[in-house]
Amino acid sequence: MSEELKRSPLHAVHEELGGRMVPFAGWEMPVMYGSILREHQAVREHAGIFDISHMGQLWASGPRAAAWLERMLTNRVAKLEVGRGQYTFLLNGAGGVIDDLILYRSGDEEFLLIVNAACIEADVAWLREHLDDGVELVDDSARWAAMAVQGPESAAVFAAVRPGDELPPRNGIARLGDGCVVCRTGYTGEDGFEFLAPAAEGERWFRGFVGAGAAACGLGARDSLRLEMGYPLNGSDLTPERTPLEAGLGFFVDLEKGDFSGREVLARQKQDGLAEKLCGLAYLDKGAPPRAHQPVVDEAGGVVGELSSGVLSPSLGKGIGMAYLPLALARPGTRLAVEVRGRRFPAEVVKKPFYKPAAKPA
Amino acid sequence: MNIPADLRYTKSHEWVRLEDGVATVGITDHAQAELTDVVFVELPELGRELDAGDPAAVVESVKAASDIYTPLAGEIVAANDAVEADPALINTDPYGEGWIFKVKVRDPAQLESLLDAAGYEGQIA
Repeated sequence: MSEELKRSPLHAVHEELGGRMVPFAGWEMPVMYGSILREHQAVREHAGIFDISHMGQLWASGPRAAAWLERMLTNRVAKLEVGRGQYTFLLNGAGGVIDDLILYRSGDEEFLLIVNAACIEADVAWLREHLDDGVELVDDSARWAAMAVQGPESAAVFAAVRPGDELPPRNGIARLGDGCVVCRTGYTGEDGFEFLAPAAEGERWFRGFVGAGAAACGLGARDSLRLEMGYPLNGSDLTPERTPLEAGLGFFVDLEKGDFSGREVLARQKQDGLAEKLCGLAYLDKGAPPRAHQPVVDEAGGVVGELSSGVLSPSLGKGIGMAYLPLALARPGTRLAVEVRGRRFPAEVVKKPFYKPAAKPA
Repeated sequence: MNIPADLRYTKSHEWVRLEDGVATVGITDHAQAELTDVVFVELPELGRELDAGDPAAVVESVKAASDIYTPLAGEIVAANDAVEADPALINTDPYGEGWIFKVKVRDPAQLESLLDAAGYEGQIA
């Protein structure tokens, strides 16, 4: 497919900073600015900034918005206080994942959904098809430049650039006086925030955060950082054929709250048990970098699954990955191997996260 | 971009230094800059007989794996264990300590089919 790639409102800054642009989910985005390893390390030790303008922003509002979202999403909307966010799933009727997203309650009757770039159209189509009277749904994605500042020094970066403003608490959301929005969330496991600015003002804020010490980081580091935390990537670790329970993310599914799309299948899975589960795998020794779609084999050499994600972990210095495996092989400590170009690299099932970042502020 | 005048090159970004019938092979400064951080190298087995253009080694960055082809036909007679232990040598010293393997060449005249420094420079311009 040679569809025209969309450009981020921050495109000019990426070119200026030497970003290496690649196609991603229909967008032209920086995969790195020079070194994935250095960018990764900057986030773990100091602060880094990612352009996330490709992600979608949907607003749902109205007197029936909360009740409607309760039926559309897996997590319990009723327990979400104003000013807070929660990780949640949009499922199809078979319980498969259409999208994983963060739902923020920005007002009593107003919600912001930050969704994956590749899923915006599918999400909006699904949500519109199931829309209730008394709910307004707006796809606001084109209006925003979005950036994520992540790392132990991210709060200091924010304070330097926005001296009059305060960061919301962890998982919180705040509207700032000038129309920008800040959320204390991220995809790296470090403290950090996601910042939305009207598209035309995005460059100025991105430059400001870089000037205050955040290293520009691309999708490469974003992927290695999220995988060290065991966070799933939609389209790889999450698919319409897999449920959140199989992905090991039942914590974000409330089966007791009443009906929602896919609930029946999930309830049955919970009762009958799962056939397969998304597991973390870590190499026992050095070896060729594990990557998505490489076979996972058991000690007898039989193929038992394939990696949905994999990377040579920059923080741990060894291969890590995730794979859907039969439940009998899902126990931590189970010896398996990853096959790369016909060679087998011994690995074992481990608990996620693979890497534990330093303690975060509450 | 560093392109030493005394080496020969391929379109697939290997360099060759032929001395006494043995060709030392690595990847160019341009290639290492494009790949960025090399995190893994798979070396060829000693004694393997290869034709020119056969894949001999694999160099991997965080994001991708790249085959390294032997520019000249012959037998693999050495492989650089140092780059296996410290793949970053390919980034820091691509024409020196970052060499990858050596081939005892079948036909030294094959060298003439490879690019010279000016030809390679034109190739990557």
